[in-house]
Amino acid sequence: MRQRNIGDVILDVRNISLAFGGVKALQSISFDVREHEVRAIIGPNGAGKSSMLNCINGVYHPQEGEIVYKGEVRRDMDTHHAAESGIARTFQNLALFKGMSVLDNIMTGRNLKMKTGILAQALHFGPARAEELREREFCEHVIDFLEIQPYRKTPVGRLPYGLQKRVDLGRALAAQPQVLLLDEPMAGMNVEEKQDMCRFVLDINDEFGTTIVLIEHDMGVVMDISDRVVVLDYGKKIGDGTPDEVRNDPEVIRAYLGAGH
Amino acid sequence: MFYRENGQFKASYVEDQQILGIRQDRWFIFGLIAFALFAVPYLASDYMFRAVLIPFLIVSLAAIGLNLLVGYCGQISLGHAAFMGIGAYAAYNLVVRFPQLNFILVLVLAGLIAALVGILFGLPSLQIKGLYLGVATLAAQFFIDWVFARVKWFTNYSPSGSVSTAPIEMFGFKFDTPTERYLLVLVVVIVFALMAKNLVRGHIGRSWMAMRDMDVAAEVIGIRPMYAKLSAFAVSAFYAGVAGAMWGFVHLGSWEPAAFSVNFSLNLLFMIIIGGMGSILGSFIGAAFIVLLPITLNQILPVLGGLVGMNFGTALASHMEFMIFGALIIFFLIVEPLGIARLWAIGKEKLRLWPFPH
Repeated sequence: MRQRNIGDVILDVRNISLAFGGVKALQSISFDVREHEVRAIIGPNGAGKSSMLNCINGVYHPQEGEIVYKGEVRRDMDTHHAAESGIARTFQNLALFKGMSVLDNIMTGRNLKMKTGILAQALHFGPARAEELREREFCEHVIDFLEIQPYRKTPVGRLPYGLQKRVDLGRALAAQPQVLLLDEPMAGMNVEEKQDMCRFVLDINDEFGTTIVLIEHDMGVVMDISDRVVVLDYGKKIGDGTPDEVRNDPEVIRAYLGAGH
Repeated sequence: MFYRENGQFKASYVEDQQILGIRQDRWFIFGLIAFALFAVPYLASDYMFRAVLIPFLIVSLAAIGLNLLVGYCGQISLGHAAFMGIGAYAAYNLVVRFPQLNFILVLVLAGLIAALVGILFGLPSLQIKGLYLGVATLAAQFFIDWVFARVKWFTNYSPSGSVSTAPIEMFGFKFDTPTERYLLVLVVVIVFALMAKNLVRGHIGRSWMAMRDMDVAAEVIGIRPMYAKLSAFAVSAFYAGVAGAMWGFVHLGSWEPAAFSVNFSLNLLFMIIIGGMGSILGSFIGAAFIVLLPITLNQILPVLGGLVGMNFGTALASHMEFMIFGALIIFFLIVEPLGIARLWAIGKEKLRLWPFPH
């Protein structure tokens, strides 16, 4: 068993409701995420899992509720603020920068840390050069960590899917996030790739103490690596607790397996 | 066979990040620049400077500007010649009103004024994308054309609406001969091309490309769309402004508002489509193509026509030019949207392995 060092609540989602026109994507969802834990969000397709992540990092703005992040109460998040205060995420259907190399993708994840102005950049001299080298060195650590050294100069579009997922993770990691939102990091992978990805997720959690919120469909994975699980169904929360509690929750069993089983 | 990087090891990030990573490339480019600086002035004729080299260099600079916006940041502009016009008229007014200003300073100020206007007309890009943005920039083109044709202050109340420039003078040195003008333009273009290359390999360039490739992901990373897009418009219009000022002062000498019409804008767009979107080298290739093609056709077509017993007049030659342009643009959009620069890159990759298959 891994040594756990769970801290206080870092992210508290309170009564979030989100609707697109008449479609109620989320209905009064509340849950909290503690520092350094691995928190999973599960649920059938269309349950509102991705919408939930999009609310947390400010892509969507919920109509009701509030989000408390590191003690600061906010009506909704905005993407820039979320990124600046240490929330990073990966995407369900790969949102890599296709025209750029692996290295450039990961360096882009570091964009917020780079401050030199246009003129210094154009001259590529002094502070701009030093900054580029410093951040390059950091990104090389990320590349080493994810074991993608042979591909750093390859355009991401040419990489196989499993590696693209890894680059996506690398881009999020480059920002040194405190909270990492992973949207189906293992979707579409074979068993070996899933094992690799699990190892990376757990290593990130162990080595950097990063809090992880992940959406995943593979129940084996979820039950193995997460500390606590939230279950959504049709925009409603139907379960919340440790993997064992959730596994035995009749409501969850009904949602997943249908009534009468 | 000779294009190999065997034995060229990179031991530091500085070496790994240089613009020309392979020694042979470095030699080639340095050789080319040295040739352009030291040999061409003795080899080329006045006609060559006036009709080919100077327009090619200036138009390359404008194409680089447009490429930064369209190829790197993914925001379309159909009105880039208008920004060149802004640069040209700004430089004209600066020279008329402050004759003591140094020409280099005039160029930079003209670029900055164009950049401000670029930001203004870039504002719609925050709300609209693609074709709609294209139409909004087209509106900028027509509006700016109208301003220079109708508001007399900009042309210093010249009765015909056309303006003519004083000869360029810097540090007591007059740029009279085509050779001197060519060298002036060449140095400016080399410096600005290098700066553009530096920009696109730094974090600002990456934020532009991120906006181009996947804007939602870019936002989530913390890139502000407003800053990324408007800075691309500003830098792009700056380049266009500098190019426009040189186009007016060095190439044309005197011009009317029609010199920076929508045709010119479309030509710039063709250059980067044919040369290569998202490539500084491609801007040069495209500019060379568009500047050289009409001249070559004018020379070659009558000869070819003579061979098959047809009489090619100049009118037919210019019609042929349109047809060949059109065909080429369709060809590149279908076969290689990243243009000749991409073909060049593929060729180089193949050459590294040649004569072996892998």
